[in-house]
Amino acid sequence: MSRNLFDKVWESHRVGALPTGQDQLFIGLHLIHEVTSPQAFGMIAERGMKVLYPERSFATADHIVPTTSRKRPFEDPEAEAMLVELERNVKLHGISFFDFASGRQGVVHVVGPELGLTQPGMTIACGDSHTATHGAFGAIAFGIGTSQVRDVLATQTLALDRPRVRKIDVRGSLGKGVGAKDLILYIMAELGVEGGLGYAYEYSGEAVTSLSMEGRMTLCNMSIEGGARSGYVSPDATTYDYLKGRPYSPGAADYDRAVAWWQSLASGPDASFDDEKVIDADVIEPMVTWGINPGQGLGVGARMPRLADLPAERREGARKAYEYMGLAEGAPIAGTKIDVAFIGSCTNGRIEDLRAAAAIARGRKVATGIRALVVPGSMQVDAAARAEGLDRLFSEAGFEYREPGCSMCLAMNPDKLRGREVSASSSNRNFIGRQGSPTGRTLLMSPTMVAAAALAGEVVDSRSF
Amino acid sequence: MASADSRRALVTGRGIPLCEDDVDTDRIIPARYMKGVSFEGLGEHAFHDARRNPAGTLIDHPFNDKRFAGASILVVNRNFGCGSSREHAPQALARAGITALVGESFAEIFAGNCVTLGMVAARVSAADAKALQALVQKDPTTSIEIDLGKREVRAAGKAYALSLPESQLQALVTGTWDSTGALLANEALIAKTAASLPYMGWKTAG
Repeated sequence: MSRNLFDKVWESHRVGALPTGQDQLFIGLHLIHEVTSPQAFGMIAERGMKVLYPERSFATADHIVPTTSRKRPFEDPEAEAMLVELERNVKLHGISFFDFASGRQGVVHVVGPELGLTQPGMTIACGDSHTATHGAFGAIAFGIGTSQVRDVLATQTLALDRPRVRKIDVRGSLGKGVGAKDLILYIMAELGVEGGLGYAYEYSGEAVTSLSMEGRMTLCNMSIEGGARSGYVSPDATTYDYLKGRPYSPGAADYDRAVAWWQSLASGPDASFDDEKVIDADVIEPMVTWGINPGQGLGVGARMPRLADLPAERREGARKAYEYMGLAEGAPIAGTKIDVAFIGSCTNGRIEDLRAAAAIARGRKVATGIRALVVPGSMQVDAAARAEGLDRLFSEAGFEYREPGCSMCLAMNPDKLRGREVSASSSNRNFIGRQGSPTGRTLLMSPTMVAAAALAGEVVDSRSF
Repeated sequence: MASADSRRALVTGRGIPLCEDDVDTDRIIPARYMKGVSFEGLGEHAFHDARRNPAGTLIDHPFNDKRFAGASILVVNRNFGCGSSREHAPQALARAGITALVGESFAEIFAGNCVTLGMVAARVSAADAKALQALVQKDPTTSIEIDLGKREVRAAGKAYALSLPESQLQALVTGTWDSTGALLANEALIAKTAASLPYMGWKTAG
């Protein structure tokens, strides 16, 4: 038996043991955004501390950024104040900042990978739960709270308990029209939203290794939705090819050395794990959530579960979900009417996601009365989409093509559901009120399925397009 | 050195029950209240939407219930605090007067955030969480004692076994949950670890 990637990376970053028994872990890459950092910078200032490794932190603005006019000052004075505060803090501490002028602004979990900042074998932290995204490269990446952001700023380390590692072995292959989003929604439906508590997930198996980097990011992104603070995929040729030549990737002088090190970190076939689960990829259909947590999902061809058929401990949650969603147990999910379609977010706002949605939207029209938004994950994704003419394609189909940001995933900017609107969304959370209206409703699905729903005005199997 | 009032060996208070699994941090503090550069004022928005109907009128909710006014121990069920990593969630609870939580399980980032604020988030069995909720619903004046030393929760003459990751328990009992100082004390070791990592020396592609 050999050590898995997680154990190797953890050991190499372990500074030592702390009096509480926790490990002190060095953080190789710290990502910063405007919502969870101002208080941390405030605490540093209060204590007269400095940022210990400013060159290991990188900032961008995403959560509060408007997706229509980005003209400064923003119309929303609170959003403007948050951006001003971030600008002040990065300047004061000498931290690199990907602002609008850099052409590199975007959702923090889209920006890190596309610039080559995210690399195998790193420990990566950010004050955002979807930091798990970066695990797609074979990094240990996890979300932290603001007091921990303070710790990283002041010490470049964190006090952490080492989690157990669970291998999720995805056997077989995903069918045509079924992708990474469907896979992770299926895994959550199988293992539950709290099934990963105390674990890091290693995703492996042919269905995982055949995914692109974008697909792997989607998969790892939603690990937190299953209770696992981090999820990762061992690096391979797909990873190394993706990283080659990106601005912050190792340059020609170090690239081969880097690949050799990365290869040495990958979990071998005889790697040991604390736990293992097997998932059968062949049976997975395009997935849709029907409830108010991401584990309440099912294949688009299925009927929503009857309360009596659910395990006892799931019934009350499902009953509340049906009541809130206005959906009926035993009914098919296909045909559920929608009001809004949202394509974007750190889960599905990358170029591959936009291409997949565009392939469905091409030459068709959004159904009457549907508000459909496409929000690229970053300025670079936007530039790539424009170069391919996707902005025009979406506009001609009746989608609103917007500026990059987190947008309606969590609705901290002006993009919000209104009243009880139902949204088909490529984002990651269907929690009550998540998309900006306290009574708004969210159906999570892949960007392909969202595009199809926008055209049909209801939930529909995207494979029929 | 930790002062006596910065230790959490024993936390006492009246309970407030929130009977629901998978309560996410968007429920605890909706995102629109995070549009600020400090944590001030979050307390009044704890469970803002859950406490109101669509018209904005207060509805039947433990945080609206006068019987639980002044209660400081939130008694919850499974996977409390799931979702977003926002520290605004425990900050809002703390500013709404909550000093500790007892429940079947807590999402990991949320539990960690609680500890960094010196808030206890103690796990009890599913049945015990429900029993404690029933107890405080029946008699809201019931005093709950969370005894980290003895690893038990006591209420109405009964004791319920509690668990907490050992490191969190140590941090709370010894009053050392603010980790920055302990981390920075190892600055030389931090530099040594950094120097040992291959990627720290690589030149970027540019």
